[in-house]
Amino acid sequence: MAATNPELKVVGQQKPDLVLTQHHHMCPGCGEPLALRACLEPIQELGLAQRAIAVAGIGCYTSFSMTTDLDLVQALHGRAPSVATGVKRMRPDTIVYTLQGDGDMVNEGLQEVLHTAARGENVTCVLLNNGVFGETGGHMTATSVLGQRTKNTLAGRDAAYHGFPILIGDLIAGLEGAVYVARGSVHNAGAVARTKKMFRRAFECQMRNEGFTFVEVLTMCPTGWFIPTIEGPKYMHDTLGEVHIMGELKADGVIRTTEELHAENVQKAVEIEQALARGGIEG
Amino acid sequence: MKLMEGSEAIAEASIAAGCRFFAGYPMTPFTELLEHFARRLPEEGGVCVNAESELEAAGMAWGALATGARAATGSTGQGLSLMQESFSEITLAELPLVVFNMARGQQDYFQSTRGGGHGDYRHIVLAPMDIREAVELTQLAFHLADKWRNPVLVYGDYLLAHIQEAVDVAPIAFDGPLPTKEWAVDGSLGGTGRSRIVSPLGFDKAGRPSPGIEAHLRRITAKLRDIEAAEVRVEQGFCDDAETVVVAFGPPGKFVRYVVAHLREEGEKVGYVRPITLWPFPYETVAQAAEGAARVGVFELCAGQMIDDVRLGVLGRAPVSGIGGISTDGSGFGVGPLLDTEIVRERILALHHGEPLPPLPDNDRSF
Repeated sequence: MAATNPELKVVGQQKPDLVLTQHHHMCPGCGEPLALRACLEPIQELGLAQRAIAVAGIGCYTSFSMTTDLDLVQALHGRAPSVATGVKRMRPDTIVYTLQGDGDMVNEGLQEVLHTAARGENVTCVLLNNGVFGETGGHMTATSVLGQRTKNTLAGRDAAYHGFPILIGDLIAGLEGAVYVARGSVHNAGAVARTKKMFRRAFECQMRNEGFTFVEVLTMCPTGWFIPTIEGPKYMHDTLGEVHIMGELKADGVIRTTEELHAENVQKAVEIEQALARGGIEG
Repeated sequence: MKLMEGSEAIAEASIAAGCRFFAGYPMTPFTELLEHFARRLPEEGGVCVNAESELEAAGMAWGALATGARAATGSTGQGLSLMQESFSEITLAELPLVVFNMARGQQDYFQSTRGGGHGDYRHIVLAPMDIREAVELTQLAFHLADKWRNPVLVYGDYLLAHIQEAVDVAPIAFDGPLPTKEWAVDGSLGGTGRSRIVSPLGFDKAGRPSPGIEAHLRRITAKLRDIEAAEVRVEQGFCDDAETVVVAFGPPGKFVRYVVAHLREEGEKVGYVRPITLWPFPYETVAQAAEGAARVGVFELCAGQMIDDVRLGVLGRAPVSGIGGISTDGSGFGVGPLLDTEIVRERILALHHGEPLPPLPDNDRSF
């Protein structure tokens, strides 16, 4: 259906900056295109488009390798942080970031991202975390939350049988080489805006050669979660979002635990509700 | 000329060839090569990363190569086993990787020439017999890698890594202009619609003609046929009228060459073939050498791997038998008692005279 208001664009007709085509290969309700945009917009806004090199892992988001209008190196499953290391060491004036899923980074390539962080490698590793192997059709990853139904945890992830999820951001925050670690989300507009700021801060740290930076983004995968598309954001908020807590885990030399972030988020939500009850949010 | 250990000479030859990036993980007998790169590359404005694993070393070299730099990695065969996934895909990404295998014996012939990884790929494999030749072949490796956009492996061993020779490491100018690296990424093309992608997957950026994976794989395998036609390197001696031909590569090839030359002086009709490229293998030279021969022997320090290629070359013209075998020092890393000119001589003569092979010598060390 055509838009009647010429200021509005019909979905699928607008091409974001640094993307070569308005088409993408993702399922309906996928959060990864939103996360990509939250990553690319700060690159454009900071004037980094012509000094940025992306290194992509293997997952659904690999199709972005062909559609992102940035110089890019396609890496293997799990290996992007090492490839990014080689790129950055030979091109220290560029901004280098990886794009990896939770299966790629936290399962297959856990040691790569940890070593790269510990080395203080001046790159940004980006994790698109949906708690599931989306590309293979919905299988358990190392970040799947307890109780999560996947194709190989049909009765839900059981700690006694399948083990516990890894909170990768928390692990990385504890490493001295990591200077900025944040976990964002794309389940609503506010979260997208907050995530975009996280990318901006990470790239700014890299521009100042401060060390390793890490941005995790919780993304919806209704296909891999076996839920109706429209329920994706709520499911994400209520399941993954309750375990992998959104916020800045390390910034300006201060490490904040999952518990502290959770308490802050709850407090913020209460403040917003109270403000709304008073008739609006100021500032 | 300077007296140098092989590891140092190979690192210096790499630097002379323009190598500015190395990543590796220590393992005997490769460790000294990593040490020399770690010491020398920073002095030359390059980088040597002490990778936390072989997998990561291969990935780091991949990234450095994607920027257009000359880059290398290496290990022993054991470490290279861990890198094989990347080796397969670096070949499909057409990146000019140079790999050094400071092998434990010659047990990695299959790994080097058939690949321990997946897919239809080959690496050009250069097998120097001594340090002087290693200095040349190391530089050739970087040249061929760029020429063909295909990885090149230099097959060394404990001897090559650790003995010393007086060598001159000067840059070698090889024939022919190399293709420019217009595919390399420098980050400068974002947002222009002309951004680049370095990928093993056979897809270009959206909106550009893209071969797709099938055509991509076919093109790469067609390139391999061109390499086979162009890059065979081999040395042979006394094969014209030889009744017995012995095939051997690397430092054992130098031992065989020495023994055969002495046997010739004594009037024995023996000859030798020393493959310098293990892939592409010198099948034609082996076939010609076998043409008038009564028998062909293969001397290799393993249970018998190159013998498969020798048989493919000989193709029934003469019986082929292995006259080498497994021989290591007590650690399993170094050279065993089989690599001794007297013992090599006994085994070649036994073959030549149609007598049973003497038993393999045992090393006298055990835990």
